[in-house]
Amino acid sequence: MVTINPDMCKGCGICIRFCPAGVLEFSDEFNSKGYHPPRAVRPEACTGCDLCGIYCPDFAIFGILLKTVA
Amino acid sequence: MVNNNPVSDLLRTDRMPHIWCSGCGLGTTVNCFVRAAAGCGLPPDQITVVSGIGCTGRVAGYLKLDSFHTTHGRPIPFATGLKLANPRLKVVVYSGDGDLFAIGGNHFIHAARRNMDMTVICVNNFTYGMTGGQVTPTTPTGAIASTAPYGNTEDPFNLPYLADSAGAVYVARWTTFHVRQATKAMKEAIQKKGFSFVELVSPCPTLYGRRNRMGDGLDMMEGYKENSTIRNGADTRDVGMDISGKIVCGKFVDRERPSFLEQYNTRLAARLGPSYKNYEGVL
Amino acid sequence: MKADPKGVLTGAHFLDGDHACSEGALSAGCRFAAGYPITPSTEIVERIASRFPQVGGMFIQMEDEIASSIAIQGAVWGGAKAMTVTSGPGFSLMMEHIGFAAMLETPCVFVDVQRAGPSTGQPTLPGQADMMQARWGSHGDYEIIALCPNSPQECYDLTIRAFNLAEEYRVPVMIMMDECVGHMTEKVVIPSPEEIEITERRYTTAKLGEYRPYFTDGEMVPPIAKAGDGHRFHVTGLTHDERGYPVMSPEVQEKCVRRLVDKIRLNAERIISLEESETEGADVIVVSYGITSRVSVKAIEMARADGIKVGHLRLITAWPFPEKRIRELVGRTGAFIMPELNYGQMFFEMQRVIDGKAKSYLLPHGGGTVHKPEVIYRTIKEAALECRPQVEESAW
Ligand code: SF4
Ligand code: SF4
Ligand code: SF4
Repeated sequence: MVTINPDMCKGCGICIRFCPAGVLEFSDEFNSKGYHPPRAVRPEACTGCDLCGIYCPDFAIFGILLKTVA
Repeated sequence: MVNNNPVSDLLRTDRMPHIWCSGCGLGTTVNCFVRAAAGCGLPPDQITVVSGIGCTGRVAGYLKLDSFHTTHGRPIPFATGLKLANPRLKVVVYSGDGDLFAIGGNHFIHAARRNMDMTVICVNNFTYGMTGGQVTPTTPTGAIASTAPYGNTEDPFNLPYLADSAGAVYVARWTTFHVRQATKAMKEAIQKKGFSFVELVSPCPTLYGRRNRMGDGLDMMEGYKENSTIRNGADTRDVGMDISGKIVCGKFVDRERPSFLEQYNTRLAARLGPSYKNYEGVL
Repeated sequence: MKADPKGVLTGAHFLDGDHACSEGALSAGCRFAAGYPITPSTEIVERIASRFPQVGGMFIQMEDEIASSIAIQGAVWGGAKAMTVTSGPGFSLMMEHIGFAAMLETPCVFVDVQRAGPSTGQPTLPGQADMMQARWGSHGDYEIIALCPNSPQECYDLTIRAFNLAEEYRVPVMIMMDECVGHMTEKVVIPSPEEIEITERRYTTAKLGEYRPYFTDGEMVPPIAKAGDGHRFHVTGLTHDERGYPVMSPEVQEKCVRRLVDKIRLNAERIISLEESETEGADVIVVSYGITSRVSVKAIEMARADGIKVGHLRLITAWPFPEKRIRELVGRTGAFIMPELNYGQMFFEMQRVIDGKAKSYLLPHGGGTVHKPEVIYRTIKEAALECRPQVEESAW
């Protein structure tokens, strides 16, 4: 499961580009800093691998294995 | 806002958002580092981070660990004193290519020579970001910098080779594209006894990438993906980087040598006899 | 608290100033030193290198003075009492880290055995020309404490005092020796550990997670923490707030730097120590420090034999400068003379305090040796005549 803190995002697109499951897309909305944060367009495909979390230079996104959540 | 991030326990969330640019690789290296620190088996209270000056120098201030933002080029000698006063600490120096290898280069080679027990993480973005994109000792020949407007006319350091020749016992290089490997390398470096060195090639889109037509942070990450090869155990003489952007990544050195303190205690015990009590810190 | 007996070599010894300084550090509880060889201070680190391993201390010879001057600060934040030792050229290299220590409020000791300069100058010969550098050498505004021993015994005593002051005020303290004092050999009495007062570091008692490195709780000096105790604190050479976090506002700059200055200025009277002889009612006062004070004593004896009322005021602390005491004396004394092994450093500070209300005489000297007592004696006479013209010279 992926969690996004849109207001932390600086819109670099790295999470979107490198998510192995193609979960993310830029959102049309602007965040408070004027960037387009990502949004999960295919949340069901998320494996919780947290690659987005490690890549994100702004600590704005992370993935967790649903197993761990439960 | 980042409170629910699984690594927020090791971040000063009260200082976020950080000052780094959009697409800057520094935050990515911090992500790798906090995961390495959390996974290295040491309690966070025992890990201390020392930074110098510059964009990377700000890392210390964003980590929720005992952390010292020191002077330009001098985190290694500060870390040396800290480590020797309390050898139970795991001391990590986290700084940039300009800080560690221009103004601080002498300290680097001597700490490696001594095999001082510390981990040095160099975020190499080939430029001085904080001051506006000047040339550094790692800027490839020909690359444009604000103080090399016609292209860098000097040859850069090959950092793994430098660390290897000076005596480091662990040497690895990864890019911010290789987050899993970078995390593993930092963890191994933290766990290694002696002087360990990890170079992390990282985008500075604002001042290096744009000037050298490498695009934004994402484009630079794509570049790392395209142009990097992994060659664990490669001869460090062969891993220099140039303007072509080709990057050899991997773990190059992992060897044993007595650390500064081990050597110190062995020699003094031999000379001073049973009256000598092994030095284990001032406390 | 009393000294740790392990480091104290109680007894009467025949030591030079350099070795006495090393023993002072040992008695003071210093267990970490970093240095780089430089004449005429090298004997201090040589003795430390041999003595420290026997008492659980660590000496490391660093790659240069820049490294030495920050290695000691790392050691302090790791829990050690620490010092570095150098002479002019090395002292120049350490300047940035004096400011760093002032900014982070790192208690530590710098020893400068002054030689004749500038540049490489005369490595084996005395000078006193680093006095202003000690006070103002690092960029930005800050205050430090500087002590000036004039004998091997005082090299021992003042080294202990330097460590104690460093802890009390969380400030870098400089011991401004000179080549003569460093290399002169005399009797040095080292008391028993119970007789040596040691100021312990004041660590925070804050609960984990609540420590703010620069929260002073209404006092001038905040308690410190050391790495590894679980506070997970951050400190920086950037202008910082109480949490130790960088803040780039003029208000925080004012608050941060003002206290660095005030904690010394407002406590100056408690820090300053002077040695005075016959200053009350003197027509002329010789103000001196370090080796020059010993030459002055000789000159003063000569002048007193002539019947001149001459006092002697010796600066044991050069910084903070004893403004209050000199202002008191200005009302009653006609002239102040300062011999120093430079072309005017502490003299101009004295002149600023005298503020034209008495005569002041500089006896400059380029260093390399000390003043001839006769030179000081002649100036005393000249000054006495100037302020008491009614007294005929023949009356002496
Ligand atoms: S990686 Fe982080 S900063 Fe970049 S777009 Fe994704 S969430 Fe935003
Ligand atoms: S956790 Fe993995 S799969 Fe899920 S969004 Fe992030 S990168 Fe994609
Ligand atoms: S200037 Fe470069 S290194 Fe500094 S924060 Fe911006 S992108 Fe990163």
